[in-house]
Amino acid sequence: MTRQARSLLGTDQLTPAQINSYLNLARKMDPRKPSQLLRGKRVVLLFYEASTRTRTSFEFAAKALGATTTLITATSSSIEKGESLIDTGWTITALGADLIVMRHPNSGAPYLLSRYCPVPVINAGDGLHQHPSQGLLDALTIANHKPSFKGLRVVIVGDVFHSRVARSNALLLSQMGAEVVFCGPPDLVPDVSATIANGVIACHNLDAALQAADVVISLRIQKERLAGKQLSLEEYVERYQIDSRRLRLAKPDAILLHPGPIIRGMELTSEVADGAQSCIHEQVANGVKMRMAILASALGKVRQA
Amino acid sequence: MSELLITHGRVLDPASGVDRQMDILLSDGHVAKLGEAGSLERNGATVIKAKGLIVAPGFIDLHVHLREPGQHHKETIATGTAAAAAGGFTSVCAMPNTAPVNDSPEITRWMQAPQRGAVVNVFPVAAATAGSMGMDLTDYAALKEAGAVAVTDDGRPILDDAVMREALAAAAKLDIPVVQHAEDTRLTAGCSMNLGAASFRLGLRGMPNSAEAIVVERDIRLARALNARLHVAHISTLEALRAVRQAKSEGLRVTSEITPHHFTLVDDNVGEFDTHYKMNPPLRSAADRQALIEGLTDGTIDAIATDHAPHAFHEKQVEFERAAFGITGLETALPLAITVLHHYFKLPLWRIVELLSSNPAKIFGLSGRGTLAVGSHADITVFDPKKKWTFDASQSKSKSRNTPFDGWSFTGKAVATIVGGNIVYQQ
Repeated sequence: MTRQARSLLGTDQLTPAQINSYLNLARKMDPRKPSQLLRGKRVVLLFYEASTRTRTSFEFAAKALGATTTLITATSSSIEKGESLIDTGWTITALGADLIVMRHPNSGAPYLLSRYCPVPVINAGDGLHQHPSQGLLDALTIANHKPSFKGLRVVIVGDVFHSRVARSNALLLSQMGAEVVFCGPPDLVPDVSATIANGVIACHNLDAALQAADVVISLRIQKERLAGKQLSLEEYVERYQIDSRRLRLAKPDAILLHPGPIIRGMELTSEVADGAQSCIHEQVANGVKMRMAILASALGKVRQA
Repeated sequence: MSELLITHGRVLDPASGVDRQMDILLSDGHVAKLGEAGSLERNGATVIKAKGLIVAPGFIDLHVHLREPGQHHKETIATGTAAAAAGGFTSVCAMPNTAPVNDSPEITRWMQAPQRGAVVNVFPVAAATAGSMGMDLTDYAALKEAGAVAVTDDGRPILDDAVMREALAAAAKLDIPVVQHAEDTRLTAGCSMNLGAASFRLGLRGMPNSAEAIVVERDIRLARALNARLHVAHISTLEALRAVRQAKSEGLRVTSEITPHHFTLVDDNVGEFDTHYKMNPPLRSAADRQALIEGLTDGTIDAIATDHAPHAFHEKQVEFERAAFGITGLETALPLAITVLHHYFKLPLWRIVELLSSNPAKIFGLSGRGTLAVGSHADITVFDPKKKWTFDASQSKSKSRNTPFDGWSFTGKAVATIVGGNIVYQQ
């Protein structure tokens, strides 16, 4: 397999067979049982943007497989001195990195890095574009509760426009045969969002969207993103907050996901976040497993479909 | 007295209505004589045998960035004009967004000085406002006297209504056009491509069509009231095109140009963040492109201009949102016009020549150019509309390599470029 193919840049590059192979591999991973699968491998965590769970999750995943990790952040490196992304990539590779996990505020930055850098690149979130490891771990969480993706109704609620999670999830889930509904105010869920893949629709009425939903994915709402929009914060909460009443509109066995960090009282209530249908903690735990699978695949230590 | 004889070519001169096989004699920098094919002979003259080739009035590019003064790491007047010659252009009109901005007669003259090493004619387009800051008008009379053929703040729009009105009025007095880069930058802050399905997919902020249309519509209103000359640079949206079409139907003195990339590519071609597809105005939707092709067919669009915008590797091979806008275009304009417009969309060759030569000459008032009438300047482009070839950007005469067309196969190519009776490029 070529280096480009071993990089994970977006979920749109994955076939259903590859997605299933990631899911199967992740299920076999146990973060609590140390393995030496990636012994001697050097994983660089290149973070141009703040992150807690994704960074920690990749770090734990790498260490659980016996790899060593080095964290490089924008403010404590030559990046601050004006080094270009390509030069940073060359430098890291020359130092002996075997793989780069990158978080970057600009959409597409991992594509640039992977074009010029001879080691696999894992996209840990790029601008508004994608967050493929989150898409895969969400798929793992869903797969743990639902027999098949085919025909599932997945409602993604909130600030879709600014969400790389929404894009990665919609591309992955529609590829697996699920029906994806983007729901939120028109400013945050523009009609054009439905063009991202077949089987995706955009909707502005949450009560209607939730009918017969199998999976509800709530996205974080950042107050500053609502600035200058037609909707006030209060109106947003009124129309789009996931609470117990709304969650009852979905199927009784529907599950609730959220990529975190959650803002209680904003996009969802504490009641549903801590409720029986919530899989939010499970998602975080699945994150480490899925990232172990991603690192092992990218470094060629397991067979990929 | 140097003489050049071009024999047996298909002479295609829309300005004088000629389209047939003829001989043409150039003498002392001017067109001396036209005659039936095989009828002209001249002892001592250099001869170009042009059987099977098109002999056209030299191409004029209304919109290039030669990057001098101040940005010679991207391009120089010498390298930019060498690329122009290789692409069949005998004249280029140089935009003022240099460093410093060309807002003075001194810089305008400096750009035209023989020391710059230009191999084709360079006609500066001077800044419309001091420093292109959009506030205080420059001295249009002095700039025209120094050789400027039009005024613009290209790269930026003139947003202020009153300033734009003043600019149009002042330019009209001198019978020169104001060239507008139509973009309401208040609607495009932080945007790096067209607003649409592709920008949503890529998670990039998109420029709406309205940002272009609003400015074009306003400029037309102002031009109408003043009976002034307005030239819309690199038109890219169907809404702006509709406004220009309406203005022309009213008989207003409004003209427009299109770039080869806007009639060839669409926003989806950005693919996976390829910065060679990042330019401003951005590549638009398929519907916009379709409308632009219609505009080329029905005459709403007057000219093909490259917006040749060279940038160094380190300015383009960075994160998409941080990459410089613009691509090179001088060597691929004619090939794209022939391949896309002539062979695919069936525009006749005389229309291609009109778009590349006679119309540009009229728009910027370049007298004695854009025609092959006896007595006009001996600026001639000889091209082969059937020549199949592949563009290799590494062989470009430009100092920069930022083109999306590297490796493209074309039909049609310039085979000789003649400026003032001298061959400046020959294949």
